[in-house]
Amino acid sequence: MPKFTRRRLIQTGLATGAALATARCGAQTEAPEGTPNNPAPGPEVNTNSIKDVTLRFIGTGVAQINDIRDKAQEDLGFKIELKALSTEENNQIAITQPGQYDMFDGEYFSLPLVIPSGNLQAIDVKRIKSFDKIASFFTTGKFNGLPVENAQGTAPIKVMYLKDKDSQEFSATPTDWATLIPFQYNADTLGYRPDLVTKEITSWADLFDPAFSGKTSILDIPSIGIMDAALVVESAGLMTFGDKGNMTKAEIDQITQILIDKKKEGQFRAFWKTFDESVNLMSSGEVILQSMWSPAVTAVKAQGIECVYAPLKEGYRAWGGGIGMSAAMEGPKLDAAYAYMDWLLDGWVGAFLGRQGYYSAVPENAKKFMSAEEWDFWYEGKPAAVDMVDPFGTTLEKAGAVRDGGSFEERMGNVVVWNSTMDEQVYLVQKWNEFIAA
Amino acid sequence: MYKAWKTFQPYLLATPQTLIFLMFLVFPITMIFIVSFWEFNGYAMTPAFSFANYVNVFSSKVSLSTYLNTFKYVVLVWSACVAIALPIAYYLAFCIERDSVRILLFLICTIPFWTSNIIRMISWIPLLGRGGLVNQALLTVGLVQEPVEWLLYSDFAIVLGMVHLFNFFMIAPVFNSMMRIDRSLITAARDMGASGFEVLKEIILPLTAPGLAIGTIFVVTLTMGEYVTVRLMGGGQSASVGKLISTQIGSLQYPLAAANAVILLLITLVLVAGILRVVDIRKEL
Repeated sequence: MPKFTRRRLIQTGLATGAALATARCGAQTEAPEGTPNNPAPGPEVNTNSIKDVTLRFIGTGVAQINDIRDKAQEDLGFKIELKALSTEENNQIAITQPGQYDMFDGEYFSLPLVIPSGNLQAIDVKRIKSFDKIASFFTTGKFNGLPVENAQGTAPIKVMYLKDKDSQEFSATPTDWATLIPFQYNADTLGYRPDLVTKEITSWADLFDPAFSGKTSILDIPSIGIMDAALVVESAGLMTFGDKGNMTKAEIDQITQILIDKKKEGQFRAFWKTFDESVNLMSSGEVILQSMWSPAVTAVKAQGIECVYAPLKEGYRAWGGGIGMSAAMEGPKLDAAYAYMDWLLDGWVGAFLGRQGYYSAVPENAKKFMSAEEWDFWYEGKPAAVDMVDPFGTTLEKAGAVRDGGSFEERMGNVVVWNSTMDEQVYLVQKWNEFIAA
Repeated sequence: MYKAWKTFQPYLLATPQTLIFLMFLVFPITMIFIVSFWEFNGYAMTPAFSFANYVNVFSSKVSLSTYLNTFKYVVLVWSACVAIALPIAYYLAFCIERDSVRILLFLICTIPFWTSNIIRMISWIPLLGRGGLVNQALLTVGLVQEPVEWLLYSDFAIVLGMVHLFNFFMIAPVFNSMMRIDRSLITAARDMGASGFEVLKEIILPLTAPGLAIGTIFVVTLTMGEYVTVRLMGGGQSASVGKLISTQIGSLQYPLAAANAVILLLITLVLVAGILRVVDIRKEL
């Protein structure tokens, strides 16, 4: 509950005044912001009140890390509260409990569900300093003509922009109003134990290889698991899709039937739902080949167990996460939110996450905060000149190692699908349950 | 005035309990019941009066097999719990002479509750896994040539996990009932020439029935709604109604989950009512 002290009342009054003044300025003139005829909103009015702001975040464990919070509080001067949730809980709260958060740290594939709830407000990209430097597959959908440009599924560019400030419809072409400001993403693939898997894994189809019967796993989150499964059945030649990212009911029926048959044949050892489960399955050797997230591979390696994040010939499944703003935010809080997003893209976070294998939305900024050896290893795909140490002090790779899958361009360029929310989402979940229950 | 106060007093005393009961039990269940008739799409629900969710549950092959699977777990877990609880409680109640030893042994029965659920679940892997202790022992002895796979991530593992968790809920009431049996009844029966088995059949088992009934209610209701154990011990490959509901909630299909919850609640209530009809548990209380 907010406490109405005199101090706070004055601050709110000031902020409202500032907001009104800004709105007037905007209404009277159409000169570009920052020019003499349309002065940019004066930060000096709000800088004092920004110190008293607390931004409440919800997000998945990836970036809800205390080190990031502490650094942000130190640099920005206001308070930040984190709440780490599972992917599913994160979406649930974003949609059903808008009062519980100010900042939504979520994935692009959740937007077709979250945006219609009206709980997020459009982000004015003109206020984001480094927006033009963000990796181009987020902002324009282009990336040097590589396969990622035509990737299926809920590709960020499909849900990146809204038609207008107050619109809840996605715009196919760039506008000034963004849904999320991306800051972390990766290309996911199959992970395996080279000491227990006798051959090199080169195709998604290997997940169905009878040689690994009873020793494989797939993840049990419908929107993500179905995309891995689709890549597997397609590359195994078991079926074809019109659009893997937006299956028809018939396609969903067919793929679940294939999965059920494989399950009955005993192909899978287990299904996992959380990061830790996938790490446990892999490090205990219960599973030797499974769909995995890159930090999970890192966690297995950190235990001294060999684990390869296989570059597959069909390409990768990607995910992208970003920050969205609660519709309820205004005044100093909103200014703080924009300040945070500028800070987020400024490079420190990018470097912090980069040392764990995630990519930063603005690689050139992250580069400023990484050593030349780190940059060469994580982004350029060159052999590590020195041992690679993550931000928590664990050595992830010995000198001489090369990143699985190579450089940033090779890995992200070869993304063929993104995590997806389909039109037939309800039906998909129902059939997925059938697969799990079979 | 004083008399009015006296009549009013018990109601006042019962008020906090009633309010808590209404707010945290009756109200949520009513909401679940109402929501189970609502409609939903991928991200939102709309108030409606539709039987579509129930039709969906009853017409789907999955829900039928999931419910049957859940009953299977209930039967297996309950039988195992009874089979384990009866001898243990008997031993504690009749074979141990000293009260201090009895209390100590009873406390040992609570060991499964000393760590968190997740830790317990994880620690099964090094015991039952492919390279786990049990498999290593079997391989060393030469009983099997290949590691046994069904020890973990199987129905066996699920039942084992649940028995491990819920057994105490059966042991405690059964033990309690047995302790209340008047020892002179047993002495009298012996004097009249009853054999050990007859004592068990004619005196101990009938007088233990209320404890068994209470234990059964605990075990059955806990097993019916279980989903964490089912997911972790089954490796996510097995289904129970609780897990079905949790997946539906995870995918924001609240009305469908609510319909399943209502059905599960009704089935559980019928089971409990059945147990209460057979055994008068008030004897125990």
